[in-house]
Amino acid sequence: MAWNLDSDRPIYTQIVEKLQMQIVSGFYKPGEKLPSVRELACAACVNPNTMQKAFTELERSELILTQRTSGRFVTEDIDMIKQVQTTLAEEQIKIFMDKMRGLGFNREEIVTLLELLIKGDSK
Amino acid sequence: MSSYLLEASGLTKQFGNETIAVNQLNLEVGPGKIIGLLGPNGSGKTTLIKLINGLLTPSSGSVLVKGHAPDIESKKTIAYLPERTYLQNHMKVSELVDFFADFYEDFSKERAYMMLHSLDIKSTAKLSTLSKGTKEKVQLILVMSRDADLYILDEPIAGVDPAARDYILKTILNNYNENATIILSTHLISDIENILDEVIFIKNGSILLHTTVEDIREQQGKSVDSYFREVFAC
Repeated sequence: MAWNLDSDRPIYTQIVEKLQMQIVSGFYKPGEKLPSVRELACAACVNPNTMQKAFTELERSELILTQRTSGRFVTEDIDMIKQVQTTLAEEQIKIFMDKMRGLGFNREEIVTLLELLIKGDSK
Repeated sequence: MSSYLLEASGLTKQFGNETIAVNQLNLEVGPGKIIGLLGPNGSGKTTLIKLINGLLTPSSGSVLVKGHAPDIESKKTIAYLPERTYLQNHMKVSELVDFFADFYEDFSKERAYMMLHSLDIKSTAKLSTLSKGTKEKVQLILVMSRDADLYILDEPIAGVDPAARDYILKTILNNYNENATIILSTHLISDIENILDEVIFIKNGSILLHTTVEDIREQQGKSVDSYFREVFAC
């Protein structure tokens, strides 16, 4: 199945986000070999050059490493993966907070509601 | 020697005294790209495609494929899917595969049978017994089974259902080599824009815009499909 991509944002940035997500969530494990550009392009139904551009971006941030002969691998630096995970979480929380403020909640009310809901969730 | 796979300069095609289908068109296309040729009805897409394939001769200006004007040699490097079928209805699918294999040195029967199999098309079937959509699939498979430098597909997915469309796009992605360029004309922009590198907007026989999909998304903040609707709003 093709990946769900928004139509109004650059495709490669969405692929970068998706691959980051798959790495921090452990879908691709530290040190694991990634599928080839063409395989992933085909799975996502995107242009191979776009997939390549996303890979280049992830290589620049050193989240994935290229070994010239054997392919691309997820970094084994677990601290770095953790750091990316935290950054992504912070972004999501910021979006959440902005939306809640848009609904008229203040900081304390948000925390109270969140605790209440989490309790309900764990029962 | 220019590095462009396809070059048109001042390309013009006039029919009779009134209709100028392609008008002073300039275009440069490099290797290794998937390019959407997009424009409203009657904008000159098919005429341009026929000029590139040597099926029409220019009224003025020139078109070069790998530095040469269209001739027998250029047909060896271009795989062309016309908007209308030219295959003989009485032939079986397997006979068509043999026909293409005889005709084109770069044709891979193995690839053709693999794609026919994945799309569940029986090679013993006569073309006349197949539905319109299935005929289109057969024709596209034959074209994509060639190992060409330039694939020109005129409306390749118009007649097939959405599920087969996805398969066909994957087929295109899987089967072209990295140095080949694919030019495809279509109205179904939203279905294909994710697989495109570049888009060419054509209007009244001239290039209105030639840019990358990502540039449109970055600069306009919208999809190629929405941008097309805006640019060509009636």
